[in-house]
This record gives sequence, structure tokens and C-alpha cells, in this order.
Amino acid sequence: MFVARSIAADHKDLIHDVSYDFHGRRMATCSSDQSVKVWDKSENGEWHCTASWKTHSGSVWRVTWAHPEFGQVLASCSFDRTAAVWEEIVGESNDKQRGLSHWIKRTTLVDSRTSVTDVKFAPKHMGLMLTTCSADGVVRIYEAPDVMNLSQWSLQHEISCKLSCSCISWNPSSSRAHPPMFAVGSDDSNVAYGGKVQIYEYNENTRKYAKAETLMTVTDAVHDIAFAPNLGRSFHVLAIATKDVRIFKLAPMRKESTSTGPTKFEVQIVAQFDNHNSQVWRVSWNITSTLLASSGDDGCVRLWKANYMDNWKCTGILKGDGSPLTGSSGQPTAMSTVVGSSVQASQSALNGMSAGR
Amino acid sequence: MEEVDVEPPVTVSTGSAAGKHLGFAWGPGDILVYETLYKASGMCSPFIHEVRKDEDIYSPILRKLFNESHHIFVGLQTIREDLPSKNKKPQFVSISKNYRSVIRACMEELQQVAGVSILLAIELIWNLCEVLFIDAAPAGSLLLHLLDWVRLHKADVDEKARDVLQSESPAEHESYWDVVLGYVLQGRLEEARQMLVKQASLHPAARNMFKLMDTLLSKMPFYNPSGTQTLTEFDVKWRHWHEEVDRCLQDNSFASNQHLEAICKILVGDEDTLLEHKDLLSTWYHFLVTRLLFCHPTVKPTELHYYAQSCLTMFLDSRSAPEPLDSILLAAFEFDIHQVIKDCSIALNNWWFVAHLTDLLDHCKLLQSHNLHFGSNLREFLLLEYASGLFTHHSLWQLAVDYFDHCPEFGRVYLELQIERVPLDTERKALKVLRICEQRQMSEQVRSICKIMAMRALRNNRLGSALSWSIRAKDAAFATLISERFLQDYCAKGTFSDLDLIDNLGPAMLLSDRLTFLGKYREFHKLYGEKRFREAAKLLLSLMTAKIAPRSFWMTLLTDALPLLEQKEVSFQDTFDLQKHTCVSLQEEDIEVTKVELLRLALARNLAMAIVKEGTVEA
Repeated sequence: MFVARSIAADHKDLIHDVSYDFHGRRMATCSSDQSVKVWDKSENGEWHCTASWKTHSGSVWRVTWAHPEFGQVLASCSFDRTAAVWEEIVGESNDKQRGLSHWIKRTTLVDSRTSVTDVKFAPKHMGLMLTTCSADGVVRIYEAPDVMNLSQWSLQHEISCKLSCSCISWNPSSSRAHPPMFAVGSDDSNVAYGGKVQIYEYNENTRKYAKAETLMTVTDAVHDIAFAPNLGRSFHVLAIATKDVRIFKLAPMRKESTSTGPTKFEVQIVAQFDNHNSQVWRVSWNITSTLLASSGDDGCVRLWKANYMDNWKCTGILKGDGSPLTGSSGQPTAMSTVVGSSVQASQSALNGMSAGR
Repeated sequence: MEEVDVEPPVTVSTGSAAGKHLGFAWGPGDILVYETLYKASGMCSPFIHEVRKDEDIYSPILRKLFNESHHIFVGLQTIREDLPSKNKKPQFVSISKNYRSVIRACMEELQQVAGVSILLAIELIWNLCEVLFIDAAPAGSLLLHLLDWVRLHKADVDEKARDVLQSESPAEHESYWDVVLGYVLQGRLEEARQMLVKQASLHPAARNMFKLMDTLLSKMPFYNPSGTQTLTEFDVKWRHWHEEVDRCLQDNSFASNQHLEAICKILVGDEDTLLEHKDLLSTWYHFLVTRLLFCHPTVKPTELHYYAQSCLTMFLDSRSAPEPLDSILLAAFEFDIHQVIKDCSIALNNWWFVAHLTDLLDHCKLLQSHNLHFGSNLREFLLLEYASGLFTHHSLWQLAVDYFDHCPEFGRVYLELQIERVPLDTERKALKVLRICEQRQMSEQVRSICKIMAMRALRNNRLGSALSWSIRAKDAAFATLISERFLQDYCAKGTFSDLDLIDNLGPAMLLSDRLTFLGKYREFHKLYGEKRFREAAKLLLSLMTAKIAPRSFWMTLLTDALPLLEQKEVSFQDTFDLQKHTCVSLQEEDIEVTKVELLRLALARNLAMAIVKEGTVEA
């Protein structure tokens, strides 16, 4: 791996989130400087900032893109207890020539009484739905019934999770085999309060979300959570950033015809990595769910991959030059140095493949 | 063998002190990394770093490799399954050679650029796999194939020979004996003999010695697979010859010439002498093949690994450690295909090689299948990895589609996931992506892509484009929305935009009521423009009767009806019906008072005229 280019983000304070759009041609950044910036990638690969504006009156924690089926829409959430929805307006032609675009606020969601810690759009097959979670432990699901009018959002569900929430993740699967489902993580550090990951599932009959599962084995604060893209599997995979990186497999158990409650799951831990040796703050899957990245207190980003026997291993590490992680393990191989780098990422995929040796 | 599990970390130069966190975001083909602090405040370096894998998909020369091997791959998948195995083997060998020639073609283009040695290594390994696994030569032919293999990968003998022969006095050239010995070590005895003639002419006194060597060299038996001689018969003949050479050695026939003595020792297979010429052999596998040639030419495939291991050990002195390439070749000599694939995956930068080789080996039915849920088997796993890597490239992604097509378990779902993410920069590209999805009945992806394009067009006020994409998406709701916009535009400006599109809607018109209305309404205008009043009136009437006109449009329709009522061609019945509908609409609608008055007046006048007209005719 190598650094292909560095972009001067120009935020006046800490950057808290960077989010690529669906096609990977635009990105949004948000910061403690209370602003959001939108960047466009040109044909030659250079990034240009096409918009920068103040979005909140506090640090902006997360920024996320809606699916392009809904147009160019962003959502942001902040310490100022609000979440907001922004839409890009196609500007005057001279604006376009100058490479600028305008974003206007469509709505502000003010229901939370505390810092809003995460904002995510639900999978597109559910319509234009936005979910927020707050430090007050409430998850709110909003819907825009008319996608052509983004100023109208209605609060459809308000779910109290009892513990301060730090992150949400929707199951991206659009399969009819299972109802809509999301996971909430809590960063409450009191281990006596039980499982810090809750899974909620939509019930067609009651038209409400009900808790389907609490991961009782996760007792430490959870900072991030991510469902893996579903590749036609019958089970779900969930990655969790807590005092280590954990990957869970949730296999729905067959429902009896009389059962009206939420699905029961068989929960198995698939992998657990403590290589960060410290708190893990973010986890995220790549598009094909073949790679998981995690970021920790050790100042590193680690990449994890499963080989074809489903054994998980670390396949790469990125560190800032201030990171305490020093030295290298393993010698550069003769074949690889020819290509000019002593690092191959994701090539150890067949480790553990054959029992012998 | 020690496995390298974790690669050395890559340092992203953030220019900062310790204690900072790294945030990240996955992108297509890269990962963005930036400095941040979770749960604290402070200053961080304001850069975002784009980190990518060292991948060759961006190399223009390797692109040729990807394109041409794609062609071969697709051809391989379509070989008929029902042919008996023995007919298929020559085909597989031929395909293997095709792949190798593509590699060689790339090597030629790359020449001295870094990366050639990787291709060389790849071709070396592939060639050996072809010999051992695909061609699966039995004892006798095996050695001959291995000799070919070594000769192909050791070009320096010929280069040196050229230098020597082009010099004034070849026999006195400093590299002369290197060339002769080089030929002998490769079993190219004819050429060795020709070179020795030149030396012989310089030493007339030693004529007999040279003659003896020439005889020995000329009499070395080589197995002929297509001949009538059996392997056993060859073996007997070879042993006789071997004993003869040994006798010469014992008799000190070549003692007076150290070079000829060395050749004689080589011919008899003396290991120490062979090892003395490490520099000429340069690799342990050359040493292996040469040793087999002069000690055990009837070696069986199953015996190879004993020799391979011992040759490797003997050749490498205590200082040097085996390199990845050595381990891979050793695994091949041990016929451990899985280990070969595994080691190649670790050592190489790109999935190209392992994906294509494994696919070919799988077709030869040489891979045991493991069932697992990640990929149905090793072949599919590697192909999925390779093709996914191609997908991030702006043009190579199209090749990837075929690879996914031939992965029966997960190919389709991988394709669905990744094709949605192809940036739809231009209409042309969008249509290309659509065609691929339509061919595979990926209806959800088709709908989604059309919706994205329709939305984009709508935002940019390109109503015609938006409408045509909605129609393609079969998105009735969106088509309705856009039709509304068209109608609103008409009300505002008095004309339609994108007439071509609306005029040629055809059956697509039925997608939504509003769209149908739009199409029919435009038709009404055309008829009126062409002065076909009777048909225009009938159409208008049917629009009103069918109640597909939006309420907001009724006023406009009524206004349109007025001049029609004036026309002579419109029949009494139609006029009457129009009047009836107009009245009904007037009652139901909240319309501007003056307009209502005007309408009432016009209608009354019309009715009067009609009565008079009809009455006159009857009379």
C-alpha cells in the first residue's frame, strides 16, 4: 500500500468524519469547526472542494450521503443536539464553471435533548429514511414521504435504548427473507449495565421496531458498529469497535408459524482481535465485505481479511508517523521488492489454508 | 515454512506527534485516512491521505495482459464438458501455452522496467505447472520437458555463445569454456560438439582426446517418446553409455585437459563437479535438472521431490536462505498444488496469476474441492478477488463482468453489488452498464440506475431525459411527477419542450395516467395544428370522459375546447358532449369568475349555432 495523494482538507479544527458518496466520486468531511465540506474528484483524480459551509453550532460528529436515487442529499449530526438534511441546488452556470455548488438546509431535526452521536440513512428499499441516535439513549427514525420535498420529515419511531448511544448501523440487506433491522451500540462504560449492542427488528404486524437481541458478551463501551454487506448469505455479520475488534455472526433461527415476536438469533463470535491493544474507535467494511478496517487508540488503522476457509487475519496496517508502533515484522520478499514496495496487503488470504506445513 | 502473517506497517506521513488517532473511509479501490482524535480535542494535521494498494491494474502494459488473458479465460470456460478427458488434455496444454505467450509478450514490452522479473518468475512457475500438472508427463518425457523448461529460462548461454562466435578466435575467448560447459549442462550436446571442434583444431596433438569426447557426446542416448523403444530399453542403453563414460574417467583419458575432464565428470553425473559450476548453473533447479539428466533420466514424477529437496539444500550454502520463488517451485516438484497457489498468493502483488492458473487447474480437475461459505471453492474465491480488483478501474471493469459470470455461487451477487457503484459519468457509460444488467435480468439494478439518471436529469431541469429514464426504469411514480412538470411548463409557457420524446412515446405512454394524458394531450395539439378538428374534438372528449386529466388542468382543457366548439366540422353530438363536460367541470371547479363568464357566453353561443346548423340540415 502506498499514499497516492494527500489532500489539504482545510478545516480549522479536528475532522470527525469523512464520507464517500455511493459512486466514490464525491466526499464530505465534517469537523469541530462546525462546518461540512463537499469535495468532487476530477477525471485526473484530483479532489476539489466545491462547497464549504457552517452546518451546526457545535462540533459536527458525522456526515453521510443518501443514495443517489434520492438526488444529492447529505445528513449531518452534531454536539448541538440537532441533525440536519442538506440538498445540493444546481446553481448558475457561472457557478458551475467556477466549480462551485450550493447546498441548502432542508430540515433540522431538533427532537434530541443531547448530543446526536450518529446519523445514518436506512437502506434505499425502505424509502428515504434517516436514523439518529443520541447520548440520551434514544434512536429516532424519520421518513420523508415525498422524496421531491425534502423539507417534510416525520418522526416515525422513537426507541429508547436505556443506555447512551454512540453508533447505529442498518443491515443493508434488501432480501425479503428478513425484515428491516438495525444495530445500536452504547458507549456507556459501566460494565454492570449488560450488553452494549442491541439489535432491533421491524415487525410487520405491530408496525414497530422491537428489540430482537442484546449482545450480552459485549460489556465494554462500544464506539462503532457496522453490518457487513450481505452477499447472499442467510446469516448476518456485524463488526463492533469496543475494547477490541469483534465480528459476530447472527444466524436467524427458524420461526414457528405462531410466533409473532422478533426473530431469534443464534449469536456466534467469529473473530476477536486485540492487536490495537487499546480502545477501538471505528470499524467499517469495504463494498464487497471482504475487508474490514478498524481504527484504534494505538493510532493505527488495521485491515482484516478472511481467507477462503473463513479464518480472519490482519493483512495490513496504516499508521501515522507519530504512532508508537515501530519496527516491521517479516522480511521483504524478493519478488515484492522488485515491484518497489515491501508491503503486500490482502495477499495472505490463504493463510491457514492447508493444515500441513 | 514460516508464514508472513502481518506485513510491515505502512506509515502515512501525517507529520504529527504521537497520541493521535487515524480516521478512515473506504472508497472504490482506495481508503482515505486522516488524523483525528476520538473523544478528545486538540489540533490535528489537516490532511486527508488517499491510500491505495500497489496494484498493477494501472499499468498500461499489464492492461494488455488483462485484456488478452480475459479472452483466453472466456474461451476456456466454454470448452464443452462432455468431451472425454483424453481429448481435452491437448486443449488445456494449448490454453496454458496461450497464457504463457501473453506473459512473454508483456515481458517483451516491459523490457528493462521493474516488473519484468515478476513476469519472468510467473512464467517460470506457470511453465513448470504446465509440465508437471497439466501435461503430466510420465517418466522419460518428464525429463525432456524439464530440460526444455530450463533451457527456455536460461538465455545467457546463447548470448555468451554469440559473443564467442563473433570474436576473432572463438576457441581462445575467455567465455569459450563457459559456453561449452553451459551447453553440456543443458544437455545441448550437438552444440557442445560443434564448439569443441574449434578447440580441437587448436590442439592437433590432442586430437585423439577430442575425438573421444566427441564420440561420448554423440552417443549419449536421449529418450524418444514417439519412438518404438520402451523406457526400459532406453534405460539399459543409457546405463551402458554411462558405464562407458565412467571407464574413460577411471582411465584418466581426459586427465591432461582440465576442461574435458570436467565435462567427463559432468557427463557421469558427479555432484561435486556440478556444484563447482554453480555460477554457470545459477539456480538450484537448473542443478536439479542437470543432475537428473546425467544420473537418472528415467526419473518418475513421484520421485522428483526427493531430488528437488536435496538439490535445493546442496545448492544453497549456509549463508543464503530460500526465497519465496524457491519454495513455490519446491511445492510444485512435490505436486502440492494448493501450496503452490497459497505461496503465489502471498508473494505476488496481484491476483491475476493465481486466479487464472487455478481456474485452468480446476478445469483439468486437479483441485480437490472444499466446500465453504465464503466462496464455493478456491477457484471461485480467487476469481472473485481478481475480478473485484478490476472493478475499480474505469475501463477494465467490463472484463470483470465475464469473470463474475463464471462464478456460479457468488458471481452474480458480487456483480450486483459492484456494478451499481460504477460511476455513471456519461449517458453512454450508463447505457453500457444498463445493457450488462439487462442482459442478466438484474432488474433491481436496472431500475436503480435509471432512477439515478432520471433524478440527475430532473435536478438539472432536463425533463425529456428525466422522462425517458423514468420510462426505462418503469417508474410510474416518477413518470407521473415528470409529466406534471411538463404540463406545468406548458401552462406557464404555452409550449411543450422535448416534443420528439412525447410524440414518440408509443406503448410507454401507458406507464402512468399522467403520462398517458401528457401524450394524448400533445396529440390533441398536433391534430388541432393540422386542422383535423373532428379528430381533435373526439380526442379531447375522450380525455375528459376518461377522467385522466389532472384537476389542475381542467381549466386549460376547457379553454382549449372553446375554439373547437366554433369549428364547423365538429358534429352536434360531439359539441353537445363537450358542452356537457364543460358544464360539469365548471360546476365542480373553483374557477376565476371572468373566465367562467366568458366560457358560459361562448358555450351558449355555440349551442345556439349548433342547434341552428343541425336544424337547417334536417330541414
